Amino acid sequence: MHTPAFQLVRPPAGVAPLLSVDKVSLEYRSEQRTVRATHEVSFDVFRGDRFVLLGPSGCGKSSLLKAVAGFIAPRSGSITMEGLPIKKPGPDRVVVFQEFDQLPPWKTVLENVMFPLLASKRLDKVAARERAHHWIAKVGLAGFEQAHPHTLSGGMKQRVAIARALAMQPEVLLMDEPFAALDALTRRKMQEELGRLWEELRFTLVFVTHSIEEALVVGNRILLLSPHPGRVRAELNSHQFGLHSAGSAEFQAASSRIHGLLFDEETTVAETAEHDLHRSAV
Amino acid sequence: MSLLLEPPIRQEFVYAAPPPAGIAVELPLPRWQRLWQQAGWRKGLILIVLALLWEGAARWTNNDLLLPSFWQTAQAFVGGIASGELLTRTGASLNVLLQGYVLGLLAAFLLTLLAVSTRIGRDVLETLTAMFNPLPAIALLPLALLWFGLGRGSLIFVIVHSVMWPLALNTYAGFQSVPETLRMAGRNYGLSGLRLVLHILVPGALPSIVSGLKIGWAFAWRTLIAAELVFGTTSSGQGGLGWYIFQNRNELYTDKVFAGLAAVIVIGLLVENIGFRTLERVTLKRWGMQR
Repeated sequence: MHTPAFQLVRPPAGVAPLLSVDKVSLEYRSEQRTVRATHEVSFDVFRGDRFVLLGPSGCGKSSLLKAVAGFIAPRSGSITMEGLPIKKPGPDRVVVFQEFDQLPPWKTVLENVMFPLLASKRLDKVAARERAHHWIAKVGLAGFEQAHPHTLSGGMKQRVAIARALAMQPEVLLMDEPFAALDALTRRKMQEELGRLWEELRFTLVFVTHSIEEALVVGNRILLLSPHPGRVRAELNSHQFGLHSAGSAEFQAASSRIHGLLFDEETTVAETAEHDLHRSAV
Repeated sequence: MSLLLEPPIRQEFVYAAPPPAGIAVELPLPRWQRLWQQAGWRKGLILIVLALLWEGAARWTNNDLLLPSFWQTAQAFVGGIASGELLTRTGASLNVLLQGYVLGLLAAFLLTLLAVSTRIGRDVLETLTAMFNPLPAIALLPLALLWFGLGRGSLIFVIVHSVMWPLALNTYAGFQSVPETLRMAGRNYGLSGLRLVLHILVPGALPSIVSGLKIGWAFAWRTLIAAELVFGTTSSGQGGLGWYIFQNRNELYTDKVFAGLAAVIVIGLLVENIGFRTLERVTLKRWGMQR
């Protein structure tokens, strides 16, 4: 009853995916044993996608993102970008993390945004400064260039991280639950601004979240992962939804459909309990 | 009658909430409170109280040979500076101290660099610091005298030993405490190896490094003065502060002994309050890494 008939869409002809994840299994090794984080996960990300990895905690979505970023090598399977395998971290795949300490506290906002441009030797100091000013203004932080991160609020710190990432003009922008540590009002505002930036710039985004609402609002395509180890449960479209559609009947239907897909393995009692838990988490 | 407590339902209100008029949002503190906020004034007061206590105790014992008064010591101190003797002795000590300190610093940095880049390097650092950090540098002096002879080389050897282990230990602990996210951010932009260490790990570990520098400085001073008490005449025939103290004790110039000790203390205070404090103010405090 949860799953309506799948939309039938013809496969895109002649367009090659930008990022290809093929049967990737990730493992964590501790001293005693290895723990499998994901099992044979495959998906393709195309240019301009806002691709969301969605799942409960323990489904390996953050690990997948870190593997795409090049921090973790897959146990098996391959990750390729424009046909070339990903071997190590690089400035063509910039990550925005959830934690605020991703910004070096010893650098001002301006220096923080300039830092990757200089570290990757893309630009000289003058050009980097100019570009940093542009992106700081873009995320609405003009006037805070000389502030140190510890004087900023959580939302402002994440904006600095986003400006820093966008200034690099990466092939793919990777975001690992970037708004999860923010309060609900700020989070909504940041989702709005991310949407506005995407409308303007059309970058490629891979976005990890555990919130169904956020996934529907931010993404145009959602990969659902089931936990322990992470496996692909479904790949859905959500391009028709935006912030304005939250609360509409279709949005509610899509939300409960995803909910059903994520939790159908459990008994009804557990499901309602999980549902309530998840509601309060969102 | 119900036992459940029901709060009354009240009227709703909506106000315009304009900014308050006629009330200053910020008020300056009174003058004496502002003075009291500055650590310099508070610490100056502590020093004055200590000097007064000393003066009182000296007058009460009334024995110049055992405990000269603050005033006599101050006179000996000023006299020593006027004659130039105290200054040249201090200069000789500081010269050796700085050489040993810088060498120890370099050694500690190389050792920690090795420790963060390879696992065997980490094992080397852990084993060596566990072995040598508890070993008092002064205990190595007899050996150093045997190897390097009676002079500057021996002093520098023991100072390097006293600086490098605590500094390496602190620096390494600081590197370990740099958040994983920050390291990943650095690697994300293509930093690795020495560049990652210099751009991310060193500034990220600066609180620990500064405290290591302070400990190293104190250890170096102690070791140097103690070593000079054992032998003072370096090859140039010019001893340092420790030798000055030792000589004057032999000749029972107790006020000069105190003046020599005071010189050690004054340099310690200056380095702490001007050197390290300034370093902390322009880095750690400004970056919000220290209160």
